[in-house]
Amino acid sequence: MATIVVNGQEIQIPDGARMNLIEAARLAGVEIPHYCYHPGLSVVASCRMCLVEVGQRDADGNVRMLPKLVPACATPAQDGTVVVTNSEKVRSAEALVEELLLLDHPVDCPICDQAGECYLQDYYYKYGRRERRAPAEPFTSRRKDVGQFVTLFIDRCVMCSRCVRFTREVSGTGELAVVKRGNRAIIDVFPGQELNNPLSGNTVDICPVGALCSKPFLYKQRVWFLRTHRSICTLCATGCAVLVDQNMNRVYRLRPRFNPNANDWWMCDYGRFGFDFVYDPRRLLRPGTRGDDSEPSATDWEVVLESLATRVRRAAQEGKPVGVLLSPFLSCEDAYLACTWFREVAPAARFYLGPVPVEGEDERFPKRPLGAIGGGTESRPRFVISGEKCPNARGVRLVIEHFQERAQEVADFVADLDRDGAGFVYIAGGYPQPWGDELAGVLEKADYVVVHDLFPGPLTEKADLVLPMAVWFERAGSYVNRNGVLQCTERAVVPRGEARSVGRVMWSLLGRSGLYRAEDVLQELALAVPAFAPAGAISDYPEHGIPLQSVHVAAGEEPAEV
Amino acid sequence: MKPDDPDVIWLEEPKLNLFERLYLPAIIDGLGVTGRHAVTKKMTRQYPDEPYQPADPLKYRGVHRLNRDEQGRVKCVACFLCATACPAHCIDIVAAEAPWPDREKYPEHFAIDELRCIYCGMCEEACPVDAIELTSFYDLTGLTREEMVFDKEKLLSVFDMTKDREPLRTAGFRLSQVPPEEKEEEEK
Ligand code: SF4
Ligand code: SF4
Ligand code: SF4
Ligand code: FES
Repeated sequence: MATIVVNGQEIQIPDGARMNLIEAARLAGVEIPHYCYHPGLSVVASCRMCLVEVGQRDADGNVRMLPKLVPACATPAQDGTVVVTNSEKVRSAEALVEELLLLDHPVDCPICDQAGECYLQDYYYKYGRRERRAPAEPFTSRRKDVGQFVTLFIDRCVMCSRCVRFTREVSGTGELAVVKRGNRAIIDVFPGQELNNPLSGNTVDICPVGALCSKPFLYKQRVWFLRTHRSICTLCATGCAVLVDQNMNRVYRLRPRFNPNANDWWMCDYGRFGFDFVYDPRRLLRPGTRGDDSEPSATDWEVVLESLATRVRRAAQEGKPVGVLLSPFLSCEDAYLACTWFREVAPAARFYLGPVPVEGEDERFPKRPLGAIGGGTESRPRFVISGEKCPNARGVRLVIEHFQERAQEVADFVADLDRDGAGFVYIAGGYPQPWGDELAGVLEKADYVVVHDLFPGPLTEKADLVLPMAVWFERAGSYVNRNGVLQCTERAVVPRGEARSVGRVMWSLLGRSGLYRAEDVLQELALAVPAFAPAGAISDYPEHGIPLQSVHVAAGEEPAEV
Repeated sequence: MKPDDPDVIWLEEPKLNLFERLYLPAIIDGLGVTGRHAVTKKMTRQYPDEPYQPADPLKYRGVHRLNRDEQGRVKCVACFLCATACPAHCIDIVAAEAPWPDREKYPEHFAIDELRCIYCGMCEEACPVDAIELTSFYDLTGLTREEMVFDKEKLLSVFDMTKDREPLRTAGFRLSQVPPEEKEEEEK
């Protein structure tokens, strides 16, 4: 244990914790303002916002302060380090840095997307001078589109170089650079290049001011109208922890949330900007039966569920096979309740894992090893975009394996159906696009087909009953990512139309009372399925997820995380 | 407010003496007022036959207008500050990138529900570019609720209607200003 003193308050930091003074002061509840320091990037100590007074306390308790202010981001916290952040000297340095940064700033906060979550604004109110001495001449900032998703407001930049370091150290693509010098320095892309790497959206998050903005989100909302919910991204098996920002029941933005077990501070552009399919006008919004174009009314859910249950029971009584195909887009709770109910009404029901979409190889970052651009060499990737484009293949497989020997695959589903036919088939999809060509043909052999999905497609055409499904941020649930970490999500918005999650549907079919709560189902799941035991008896789900020991990380798959 | 707040001054009701308790003086006073009004000029205005003109139109809080800039374009920069300040939540804006090279953001759609508005003037107060103002125009009528949701065109037309009669109430920064010349030089 090392003891450091922050503004006279002693705090203990664990041995071996390599921490700078910004992190250490945060432990003591003291904020040291900073722009250029980011825990995921190298330290350059260039913005000078974090200047503090530092000293050393010797064994006798005598403190010797350094004569000059030092940058907290580049000063390690050691035993006996004394930090002062609230002295006159520090306060005036902070105010001067703020004043300097704002000298050439367009002060166009009213039209800046960052306003409300901008460190320049926040720090100016907290640490800046009350009154401005330089003339304030608000004008529109020069602007340059630097990439497909990112636009740069040149004059709003505070030259912290976070974005430049990100493209060099994390994405390894190095498109950005500081050009020109002194007060004319600006950020730019190299000639002929564009900031189009699959991680480009992260530069928008790490930019502490409104210089880099996201084009798809530009001017859509003011950030103070947004309500934030904890969730994950479900478009690949990395399962990045995200925050879902919603206003009036519409999701406008996903942002990564720090999780060392999944994504660190980052997320990819496919996930970040890829939730448009949720608002696709083609989405299924109401339950419907085959050849039925009329708009069923709200009570129809009760009616269709009743007929669904009758059909399953009839098939079970007649001794006909019942097939249940669960896609890897379902949450663990969805899969668990579905298996529970089908086991109950049709003890011989067979469970299959839906197709696990794989698109090419995993994409590893940095693209070029760090050594090639400067700095050290790292062998482990800083970020991995999985080739496996679904969130929960491992979780659904674990649940199915609890109910039957082996989680059978789509090929088994097709073969079984072809051979034995079926009295009843339930297919739960959730894929972001129409799917299922390989299954559609064989569905003829089933007496009654229920498809619970997002989009009309080859399967819904063959279905006797189509149910609209809720997407991940329209339901709560938990997912097991490629590292075997179980992450729980909150519901951010109510489902579009009359869509319902599999979990909620199964909850009503099971005849349980009260509201469907994913937390309770997860507790039940943890008790029932040993693989999920670590998730049991936890009342407040850890932000970084729960590692499930028994998930075998497939050979050759490295943890996505450093 | 706490009872022991030093800023609160507690007053006792004055005790009435016998003469005052007869209530006769108060009644006579009252009759005096009535009598005076019976003989002086009538105060009641026969609205709407006699329309009312606010004494100082610049202080009256009536229907909103959206001001135009020097080039006749909507001055609003779609910052949503009025919508944020509005206690009645009656302003609805959809922002977009401006179609003009010298401006960045503008309201693609701007609507105020004049029925829901409480005419408090907070929007005018909040606007950083003096784009929204209340006018002295007050006698609004409409046959449907939808008609009373004023869109951008209508609010701009209120400006056209009132601009000669009522000058801008305030004058401050203009975010729509072109970047200073030196900035442009530097670009070259
Ligand atoms: S664009 Fe943003 S992240 Fe990049 S240097 Fe400027 S302020 Fe920093
Ligand atoms: S006058 Fe008040 S209530 Fe009416 S739009 Fe403005 S802020 Fe809202
Ligand atoms: S406050 Fe002014 S500039 Fe901002 S949206 Fe309202 S009218 Fe437009
Ligand atoms: S954060 Fe320390 S100098 Fe920028």
